[in-house]
Amino acid sequence: MKIHEFQAKNIVSRYGVAVPKGLIAKTVAEALDAAKKLEKEVCVVKAQIHAGGRGKGGGVKVSKGLEAVKTNASDILGMQLITKQTGPAGQKVKTLLIEEGMDIKSELYFSVLIDRATQQVVLLASTEGGMDIEEVAEKTPEKILKETINPTIGLRPYQAQRLAFGLKLEQYGPKMIRQAASFFMGLYTAFIQEDCSLLEINPVVITGDDRILALDCKMGFDSNALFRHADTLKLRDLDEEDPAEVEASKHDLNFIKLDGSIGCMVNGAGLAMATMDIIQHYGSFPANFLDVGGTADTKRVEEAFKLITKDENVKCIFVNIFGGIVQCDIIAQGVVTAYKQVDVQVPVVIRLQGTNADKAEDIIANSGLGERVIMVKAFADAAQKAVEISKS
Amino acid sequence: MSVLVNKDTKILVQGITGSQGSLHTKACKEYCDTQIVAGVTPGKGGMEHDGTPVFNTVKDAVTATSANCSMIFVPPPFCADAILEAIDAEIELVVAITEGVPVVDMVTVASALKGSKTRLIGPNCPGIITPGECKIGIMPGFIHKQGAVGVVSRSGTLTYEAVDQLTKVGLGQTTCIGIGGDPINGTNFIDTLQLFQDDAATKAIVMIGEIGGTAEEEAAEFAQQYVTKPIVSFISGRTAPPGRRMGHAGAIVSGGQGTAAGKIKALQKAGIYVSPTPAAIGDTMIEALK
Repeated sequence: MKIHEFQAKNIVSRYGVAVPKGLIAKTVAEALDAAKKLEKEVCVVKAQIHAGGRGKGGGVKVSKGLEAVKTNASDILGMQLITKQTGPAGQKVKTLLIEEGMDIKSELYFSVLIDRATQQVVLLASTEGGMDIEEVAEKTPEKILKETINPTIGLRPYQAQRLAFGLKLEQYGPKMIRQAASFFMGLYTAFIQEDCSLLEINPVVITGDDRILALDCKMGFDSNALFRHADTLKLRDLDEEDPAEVEASKHDLNFIKLDGSIGCMVNGAGLAMATMDIIQHYGSFPANFLDVGGTADTKRVEEAFKLITKDENVKCIFVNIFGGIVQCDIIAQGVVTAYKQVDVQVPVVIRLQGTNADKAEDIIANSGLGERVIMVKAFADAAQKAVEISKS
Repeated sequence: MSVLVNKDTKILVQGITGSQGSLHTKACKEYCDTQIVAGVTPGKGGMEHDGTPVFNTVKDAVTATSANCSMIFVPPPFCADAILEAIDAEIELVVAITEGVPVVDMVTVASALKGSKTRLIGPNCPGIITPGECKIGIMPGFIHKQGAVGVVSRSGTLTYEAVDQLTKVGLGQTTCIGIGGDPINGTNFIDTLQLFQDDAATKAIVMIGEIGGTAEEEAAEFAQQYVTKPIVSFISGRTAPPGRRMGHAGAIVSGGQGTAAGKIKALQKAGIYVSPTPAAIGDTMIEALK
């Protein structure tokens, strides 16, 4: 789960991490009020959307004087902000963060993440702040400093200081090493306590008066840990998510919208991805990823059909269930009932594997749905049939 | 022959009295008389559950029954603790089926596993099966057949798909291991490749990977150096959009890392047969064995 920059800054500031003073605005008038309250000559107007790359897309503007705040706020509020992460449609800006402008001496990079290879939490830091860190990692890997954290010991001050020295922060005065170390430790503690999947500060800035601050803040949460963070769940912004995916999550369905013409309904995430792949292999493209889970009962199949058929691009639905211990005849009956209940208008190709496959075939044949629901036994044949229908 | 588990494996079930634990324990017992010797549910010690004695702690269960393997169905909030308890009791093999364990909890578990006597399989996995001998997990037993192919996979139903194809082309399996779809797991591809390489009965290996992380790339490098048996692989997620978690917590392409294309390239470079579609895994193995 993702949250907005201003929400992430609120959280890290509770862990003693310094951030610029800022206020939220949902209208131009509120933006002006915020700028007045900040009492700074220079303010920064920042679009609050979940995607990164906001600056390059025109969603972050340094504004000198109230007139500039007004102009920039009215430009950004309501715009469809397009960044490399939003896709071509962009994301509508509904909220602004109005922040005090900072006198910046230096920009750095800092992040906390789970390193899958070492199975530990790592801290990454670099003097190349404000840059795309993946690019830095590729071109100048020596400029990325890394500290691996033993979970039973936790982040120790010497490690945080080692990062600060590595970033040559002693040049900003005798107190900077300790200040920076405590800044890094605060962020590590926030990462662990809040069950983050990623905490990235890009850039970290050193100000003219030698303070260290988080100028930006990106925080992602481990969905598996949300059960112990009721407060975090309240920060979810449904406007930032695809409406079909929000609907799917209400029914505990794992759904991701794509832009092809074959709707997919599969049990198991791996097989669901593999089903998308085989569709592409035979020359079409999936309209979605959908894992209906182990219990593909009538109710869930109905919800899945409703979701898939909302997409006008869908020309055909491919149901691929590896039943195993589940009985195929029961699933077949569920699909037939759901098809009629939901009043599906496109053909369904269904492939069932498991016990009672023959009985399932009889149920489909006698459903009265004729060519609208077709059962094909072999995986590859079924995929080819779906592709053929999607193109006819 | 087989790897890790066989007819002599003595299994205790943590979370035996829950609905999932109860259901699947029954199915395991019914498969070739798999030895389920004990259950553990704190507070229910002294009871019997479907004929299996239940204990309060893993240590009590081990003392009473000499169990050397644990199958875990404990819900996600308590799963890491259950694994740690099994490590503490020096259980040789722990198979954690539970899906949804917080990753920070798994960081602690991974650290506790180092230098311990325990090997962990999972979490978020279907388990492990040695056809004809024992089944520890939630896979449908009847699709398997005794034979000479070792199977390892990050997925559940896609593994069943692969096994089913192997069985249908006449190729049985030595042992099938689901290592799970989470970003941090106990046993990885390299561990299982080593086990299958060392197992005389295993003549070939199927390795099913997916997008996210670099485990397949590392396995390819290892296989090139140390594995002499033919390997057939399939990687799912060629069509997955970057930055999205595809069902499994670990199935995500981030920062250009973990793409299917990159993994396939690494596997092919290492001389591994890559099945072009998920429906051709059995046929590709026939080719590889020619």
